[in-house]
Amino acid sequence: MDDPPQVTSGGGRAPVIEPGYTFATITDKISSIVLTRPVSNGWLVGFGIGFLLTMMLLYAIGYLFLRGVGIWGVNIPVGWGFAIVNFVWWIGIGHAGTLISAILLLLRQEWRNSINRFAEAMTLFAVACAGMFPVLHLGRPWLAYWLFPYPNSMNYWPQFRSPLVWDVFAVSTYFTISLVFWFIGLIPDLATLRDRAENRWAAIIYGILAMGWRGSARHWKRYEMAYLLLAGLATPLVLSVHTVVSFDFAIAILPGWHTTIFPPYFVAGAIYSGFAMVLMLAIPIRKFYGLEDFITQRHLENSAKVMLATGLIVGYGYAMEAFMNWYGGNHYDNYLLWNRLHGPYAPLYYALLLCNLGFPQVLWFRKWRTNPGLLFLVSFVVLVGMWLERFIIVVVSLHRDFLTSSWGMYYPTKWDWMTFVGTIGFFMAAFLLFIRILPMISIFEMRTLLPEAKEVKAE
Amino acid sequence: MEELSKQQHHEEACPGKKKKLDLATVLAKIADTKGPEYWRSLEELAGSEEFQEMLHREFPKGASEWLDPVSRRGFLKWMGASLALAGMTACTKQPLEPIVPYVKQPEEVVPGRPLFYATAFSLGGYATPLLVESHLGRPTKIEGNDQHPVSLGGTDVFSQASLLDLYDPDRSQTITYLGDAYSWTSFLAAFHGPLNVQKTLQGAGIRVLTQTASSPTLADQMKQFLELYPAAKWHVYEPVNRDNVLSGSQMVFGQVVETQYRLENADVIVSLDADFLYAGFPGFTRYARDYAARRNPDGKMNRLYVVESTPTSTGVKADHRLRVRAVEVEEVARALASALGINGGGVPPNDKQAKFLAAVVNDLRARRGTGVVIVGDHQPPVVHALGHAINQALGNVGRTVVYTDPVDAKPINQIESLRDLVGDMRGGKVDMLLILGGNPAYDAPADLDFADALKNTKIPLRMHLGLHQNETAELCQWHINEAHYLEAWGDARAYDGTVSIVQPLIAPLYAGKSIYELMALLAGQAEATGYQLVRTYWQKQHSGADFEMFWRKSLHDGWIEGSAYQPRQVDLKAADFPVAGQIDAKAIEINFRRDPSIWDGRFSNNGWLQELPKPLTKMTWDNPVLISPAMADRLGLQKEDVVELELQGKKLTAPVWVQAGHPDNSVSVFLGYGRSRAGRTGTGFGFNMYALRNSAIPWFTTGVSIRKTGDTYKLATTQGYQTMETPIGSRPLVREASLEEYRKDPSFAKEEEPKPDFTLYPQLPGFAYDQNPYAWGMAIDMNACLGCNNCMVACQSENNVPVVGKDQTVRGRHMHWLRVDTYYRGDRNAPQAFFQPVPCMQCENAPCEVVCPVGATVHSTEGLNDMVYNRCVGTRYCSNNCPYKVRRFNFLRFQDWETPQYKMMRNPNVTVRSRGVMEKCTYCVQRITQHRVDAEREDRKIADGELQTACQQSCPANAIVFGNINDPNSRVAKLKASSRNYGLLADLNTHPRTTYLAEVRNPNPELEEKAEHS
Amino acid sequence: MKKVPIYGLMAEFDSPAELVKAAHRTYQEGYRKIDAYSPFPIEELAEAIGFHRSGVPLVVLVGGILGCVSGYLMQYWIHVINYPINVGGRPFNSWPAFIVVTFEMTILFAGLAAVFGMLALNGLPMPYHPVFNVPRFAFATKDRFFLIIFSSDAKYDATATRRFLESLAPRSISEVPS
Repeated sequence: MDDPPQVTSGGGRAPVIEPGYTFATITDKISSIVLTRPVSNGWLVGFGIGFLLTMMLLYAIGYLFLRGVGIWGVNIPVGWGFAIVNFVWWIGIGHAGTLISAILLLLRQEWRNSINRFAEAMTLFAVACAGMFPVLHLGRPWLAYWLFPYPNSMNYWPQFRSPLVWDVFAVSTYFTISLVFWFIGLIPDLATLRDRAENRWAAIIYGILAMGWRGSARHWKRYEMAYLLLAGLATPLVLSVHTVVSFDFAIAILPGWHTTIFPPYFVAGAIYSGFAMVLMLAIPIRKFYGLEDFITQRHLENSAKVMLATGLIVGYGYAMEAFMNWYGGNHYDNYLLWNRLHGPYAPLYYALLLCNLGFPQVLWFRKWRTNPGLLFLVSFVVLVGMWLERFIIVVVSLHRDFLTSSWGMYYPTKWDWMTFVGTIGFFMAAFLLFIRILPMISIFEMRTLLPEAKEVKAE
Repeated sequence: MEELSKQQHHEEACPGKKKKLDLATVLAKIADTKGPEYWRSLEELAGSEEFQEMLHREFPKGASEWLDPVSRRGFLKWMGASLALAGMTACTKQPLEPIVPYVKQPEEVVPGRPLFYATAFSLGGYATPLLVESHLGRPTKIEGNDQHPVSLGGTDVFSQASLLDLYDPDRSQTITYLGDAYSWTSFLAAFHGPLNVQKTLQGAGIRVLTQTASSPTLADQMKQFLELYPAAKWHVYEPVNRDNVLSGSQMVFGQVVETQYRLENADVIVSLDADFLYAGFPGFTRYARDYAARRNPDGKMNRLYVVESTPTSTGVKADHRLRVRAVEVEEVARALASALGINGGGVPPNDKQAKFLAAVVNDLRARRGTGVVIVGDHQPPVVHALGHAINQALGNVGRTVVYTDPVDAKPINQIESLRDLVGDMRGGKVDMLLILGGNPAYDAPADLDFADALKNTKIPLRMHLGLHQNETAELCQWHINEAHYLEAWGDARAYDGTVSIVQPLIAPLYAGKSIYELMALLAGQAEATGYQLVRTYWQKQHSGADFEMFWRKSLHDGWIEGSAYQPRQVDLKAADFPVAGQIDAKAIEINFRRDPSIWDGRFSNNGWLQELPKPLTKMTWDNPVLISPAMADRLGLQKEDVVELELQGKKLTAPVWVQAGHPDNSVSVFLGYGRSRAGRTGTGFGFNMYALRNSAIPWFTTGVSIRKTGDTYKLATTQGYQTMETPIGSRPLVREASLEEYRKDPSFAKEEEPKPDFTLYPQLPGFAYDQNPYAWGMAIDMNACLGCNNCMVACQSENNVPVVGKDQTVRGRHMHWLRVDTYYRGDRNAPQAFFQPVPCMQCENAPCEVVCPVGATVHSTEGLNDMVYNRCVGTRYCSNNCPYKVRRFNFLRFQDWETPQYKMMRNPNVTVRSRGVMEKCTYCVQRITQHRVDAEREDRKIADGELQTACQQSCPANAIVFGNINDPNSRVAKLKASSRNYGLLADLNTHPRTTYLAEVRNPNPELEEKAEHS
Repeated sequence: MKKVPIYGLMAEFDSPAELVKAAHRTYQEGYRKIDAYSPFPIEELAEAIGFHRSGVPLVVLVGGILGCVSGYLMQYWIHVINYPINVGGRPFNSWPAFIVVTFEMTILFAGLAAVFGMLALNGLPMPYHPVFNVPRFAFATKDRFFLIIFSSDAKYDATATRRFLESLAPRSISEVPS
């Protein structure tokens, strides 16, 4: 073994991978989680909870389809409620995965190698959760396919001036690209599992998925190129997705929605909440599966820094929004600001400021930034805060708009809550399944972090 | 057995019922009970466990948390069980007798081609002349008779909504004896015996109790009956009666006269607690038209002073409103009279009133003969007497005030009449009690305790005739199911005495009987149909030989030529007025008022009216206690707090509503709620205020005590916020100026608006609106709008708008396509108020269209913002992006698809929307299309005025004008050219096609600063 | 014993560095039909065996252009040609509103082109390949590095080539039966 300094990329900072590993040990350590490690009680409990919540979700959805969207708290004027709030929240969470796997790849951030795999998985499941809501919130969900351009008997098409159609394209594209990106990344590791698996059936299934990958130099070259290009495409894509989501609001004429600052601060907010979710997943996992050597202090700290940065951008967004509402001098915008600060939902607005701007400032201090327990807490608070932000944007803008005569209030029903919590359960269940059947850390990319891998360049 | 077979038949009639697994149990349950009882047994059923189960299987657990048990959608689930309705939809028949269509009869009845028939609806004895639209023999829409001098096309909410009563599935459907079904013949058998006995007694044991009646035929039948049975008695009772008016005219003229007003001649109108600009006031339709016609600021504007207690829409329209307790109105009247040199014996109690009265007096003096004083029905006789005296003194009589014979066929003091009856009943003098219509067991003053008298004074034969198996029917052995006025022949007088023949449009759905047919029995006319009775009566009246012509013409026009009463000369007998007792300023006053939506309770099973927001509170489904803001603060009450009212030992708990402009130290309660046997829609809603009502002081008295109970009660209002003021400034939604301000700056209402061509976009090929033959637009004159809600009911009826029930209304999901917003401004205790009808604005740059992902709402070449229901997937984005919030969404399946009667009632030219679809005002596109087709067939353009939207047609005040804005000579184009014209939120560059004419008031310069709003 | 045709000769190395060195030598030696296998990407390796153009970028470019054009044309055809209707007074060809979908379509097509292009060029999926016949090859996805000279190479000679490979001091040499 060479001396550790080589493997750490500069400074006295923690390494991205603890010293003492070889190609073989990395491979065994990660693949064993999938191949040999027995199912633990902790996992069973977690999965059980997720499964039950998923069943609750299905019940809520079944009942929704039976009775209609009226079982929720939505009304006139508040035509959008929890459904859209949750949609924006989940889709935002998804963003971190693509950011880590694509943007950090382009930026040659080696530390991403040990977290990109499960971050991407997180993206997929989050987008899946998000994708449910636009369909569920329809008055006639069975006609959701009318939003896709298909030659139909009515000879009529989607209305491409509507941001909702943009959403359909943005989200479905985002999901597709994330899926293939994730799968491409998996192929070499699937090959590894194919060759490691003792269980014949496992070997066959992994073998089919690996598509006969054999690590030929030619393949690797094309592979790397394709991977790089995908990253290059995914980067503008991920930025566009939340921009488009923000258009749902920014395109409308409603005070509090009709704002040009939405796209940037939606994207920042997305990454903010995304990294919060990454930490909430990484911290327990590295502990539970003893992966502290691969997901090191360094990763936690970097993620924390990203959160701090994006959190400040979001804060700037709030400030500018408020300032423009006041400075713009438009009565309706002025009132929106007043209503946020003093209206019936004011407590939520203050809570939002506390969660997204107040508490996360502890991340300025390295001592706390490197404390997993505290990071976990901050991440949770930020996720709550980001959910509140979407609630403020959707509900508080709608419930008091232009004509005072049609002002109203929005109160979620138990069905709103069941659907929301249900998707969290679904997310949990899906993620726990993932870490049991696929390598949650990219094995081949970890190999490249080893000194032996770097020797080649050394010569 | 019979019931069982009916069930089967019913199931065949409505397939799909079978799928509802729970129906079987309901039917089984019902099979045990006797058919006629069935709906009562369903009421009981509702409580039973099986029903709860079923409820929860129909809408699984938790469903009931938002489905209140008697909401329309709630009960439609067991509508299927309706026994007597077997094959209902199939059984429409025209009446056998020849009835005369209003329009030229086509070769044969064409589907989608309505016929119009003239008829009339009576409320409190006063007829409202109507035209009823009939599709294939089914009455589907009620409109005003525009040829009739009383209506001129206008109607009121009650007559329009009476259509729903015709199709009310809860109507009583058979004759019952002690709750069991019996045939008409068996009734006759049981009836003739006792009647013959009475013959020998001169009918001493017979008592007939009717509601107020103006029908000449009925009066004639009564005459014959009383000749036959001299000792019998005819009693009349209605809870909302005009006793005070009658006694008032007795007091001054020594005789009963009808007072008519000629508001077209009135420059100054003084209302003493009279709500003459709302449905129910005799002559409302005509008064509204005449009043509104005089509100044009470019013409000779009238001025309205209102002295009132409970705030009313009339008070809202006042140029000056003096807020006094009802008991103080008499003082004001006396002071006014004295000031005008009448021995009224009163001085204004305080400066505020003195100042106000001084101004009024000067105004009245300055305009002798063109002023008028109108007194409210519930004010005591002496105030009416003073009113007459003042009008006489000012020489208004004959010019703005006209006296005629009374319209009421039996103008007696109805409460006394009922008191006598109860006396006789308790005195055992009554052997046969025939209650022909009405519901005295529910709405008689509490102290008379009519229900108890009916129940416990073993009267051998008690018979009730009525549309519903109501509280009274329950206490009578016999109940005869009455024929609705659209099912039976009759006649009635309008407020000016004009007689309308009431011709039926449909054969009785349940073989009901009319009051005429029953009276025929008593009057010894044997078996006679209503048609024969009415026709023969008028044959007697008509001297000429051309009766057939006369008859046809009368039916066709909707009234009988020259039947209007001629003005009469009456002169004052008495000139002095009994001095009033001192009123206690400290004691709290209570006002009993007829409900603006369900009147005296007779409409409580009418969903359209129950869900019709009351003009000032925007309240639906309930009758809270109104109190003034000051009083609320004093008693620490908030809206929806429950209080206990105690009056003369009687207690009652009800929620309060803080009503801006309500007089202090006074509360108002509304009659008609708290019914125990109204039907699925009405039973159990609100609070029965009759329980506090006393026959001695039926309308108002002091001495009520209020105690806060600490409970709260959810009330369903349709308007979120009733002021345009926000903490950071006011919004220019309703724009208003005084006449002076208007004269100074006629275009005061104009605010900065984008130019019509203010756009980056090129003109759309084919969508240059000014190149099109038609560009539809609407102008709403807020000077004319009286907030009478007529347009809302018209729209609901024309466009098949569903009723959603109280719970959904609380959730903000009411479905009215057209709403009337009420805004208050200034001091909460004496605010200015405004009405603003809000239909869809049909924006040329519609924000809703751009955001619809499936193109379910797009624009027509004529500028309509079309809604394509079957394309809509229900994202609700359009509603979010609609700044006017006029879009309505079917959050659940609000529309009743099962009830057969409703299928008959609906407008066949309008789609019936289902769950998950957005809907909104279409400018009655079905009417536009119909007229376009007609015009094209005749190769002409649609003439201005020929095409009216439902709201416009029903408006008694002509406040709503719709038409082609491309035609510079159309009324709407002219109005839009007016300097008062402005677009709501037009600064959003939506280019609304619906615009408003700003309100201009005509305050008295003397009181100017009062008119100034804070 | 039956003679199976030889697919090639395979040498196994311990480290990426050795493999790259060996690959260089082999190429210089004049062998062209050669390949190398590693458990992770090694940029130098492809160079060493003389493989320079991957061809993937071109595929992606084509895919992107296709998506972009089809995306805009679809919207134009739908709103201007097939079903022009007044929506909120906006022009039929509301190009600013059409940008988003056009962009998304570009990304979608380009991304899918990248993935399927790469797989196609690599000839994947390929369930069977002779190299898998070598038992030790299973370590190619773990920690071993392999160099193969195909028997189809012009310069290939069973003994000479084996001698050459031995000169590279591999961990082991095995024949790959086809």
